[in-house]
Amino acid sequence: MAEMDTSGGGGHKKGPGVKKAKKLSTRVDLTPMVDLGFLLITFFVFTTTISQPTAMHLGLPDDKVKPEDQNKIKQSGALTILLGKDNNVFYYEGELAPDLSNFKASNFKDIRDEIIRKKQQADTNLVVVIKPNDESTYKNFIDILDEMSINVVKRYAVVDISDVEDKLVRKTEGEPVE
Amino acid sequence: MSRPKIARKSTIVDMTAMCDVAFLILSFFILTTKPKPSEAVPIQTPKSVANKTVPDKNAIMISLNNEGHVYLSVSDNATDRDKKKSMLEDINQRNNLGLTADEIASLVKQPFIGTPLAQLKQQAHLQIAQISSKNLPGIPAQDTTNNQMIEWIRAAAAAYAGDHLDLILKGDNVAKYPVFKNILTAFKKNEQFKFQMVTNQANVPQGTELYKQNVSGKAAAL
Repeated sequence: MAEMDTSGGGGHKKGPGVKKAKKLSTRVDLTPMVDLGFLLITFFVFTTTISQPTAMHLGLPDDKVKPEDQNKIKQSGALTILLGKDNNVFYYEGELAPDLSNFKASNFKDIRDEIIRKKQQADTNLVVVIKPNDESTYKNFIDILDEMSINVVKRYAVVDISDVEDKLVRKTEGEPVE
Repeated sequence: MSRPKIARKSTIVDMTAMCDVAFLILSFFILTTKPKPSEAVPIQTPKSVANKTVPDKNAIMISLNNEGHVYLSVSDNATDRDKKKSMLEDINQRNNLGLTADEIASLVKQPFIGTPLAQLKQQAHLQIAQISSKNLPGIPAQDTTNNQMIEWIRAAAAAYAGDHLDLILKGDNVAKYPVFKNILTAFKKNEQFKFQMVTNQANVPQGTELYKQNVSGKAAAL
């Protein structure tokens, strides 16, 4: 093998009485190396994050479009979702009734059923109007847009919340509003 | 009756092949994983079922952190750096900031812009290691009267005129909606009506309509 004879000595050749060096086997036990290999693999597999960031597309409306050119939504197919603080969700169908009878509280779990129900009822007329108030977070906004894609709502709009609605949301959340 | 003697086999298995496989897989994993780029602005993005990947060139990323501070960065490759330079020169000229060529070059090298226009000169003199969301106040976009994002998006649109530009918005879970709305206003004012929002991938909930669409093999209409 690769070892050199370093025995030194008198420089004479090994005599007949000297025992021959035993030939060592060239086989190496690879078990520990395999162990190490798989250990590293498991380490890499568990530590790498598979979740690549993804992008959600959103088109914005052009504010300069004249009101007469804009699409009118049918009240029968409208569902307005209001986002408040602490992940609160409120909604009403059609127009907000003067006695507030159609204003309902919900949350991110239950709103899906509501959207599905409304979708079946309104069919092609469905338009979801999303109105986040100033207390809602970016996450709420993404979540509700996500609901739109989960339930395949084709038409939805993000609209600024009106004063009346904002006050109503705040009041329902228990904030003192004059 | 005498049974035929079964020859005793050695229990030692040749590990070479297994070793080869293990290291092959290992090298595959090491070479295919991209190290996560260290982010100067830590942001927890929300989850969504969107499944398109974020573009990494011709893109301007606007980061919105948990405190509502806004930072702007341009993708990191040669052509985009040129665009960033022309953006900065444009901004410098229009707002009379008096930045020198050296200061602009230093800003181009820095990972993101995170100061009001008036303080850009100070940011240009910071070391790259000092550039983090802790040291920089962010681009003002909190109130509608002083929304400097409008100016930045205008410069970006001008720099990428005739070229494809992806606007990417990366917001934190707890960022408040008004700042986000002001950024949208900045997009709209500059007639940039399409943009993307960075999210983490989440699975489509079972039984929903999108889930059924995906199962039946139809492309999801997003």
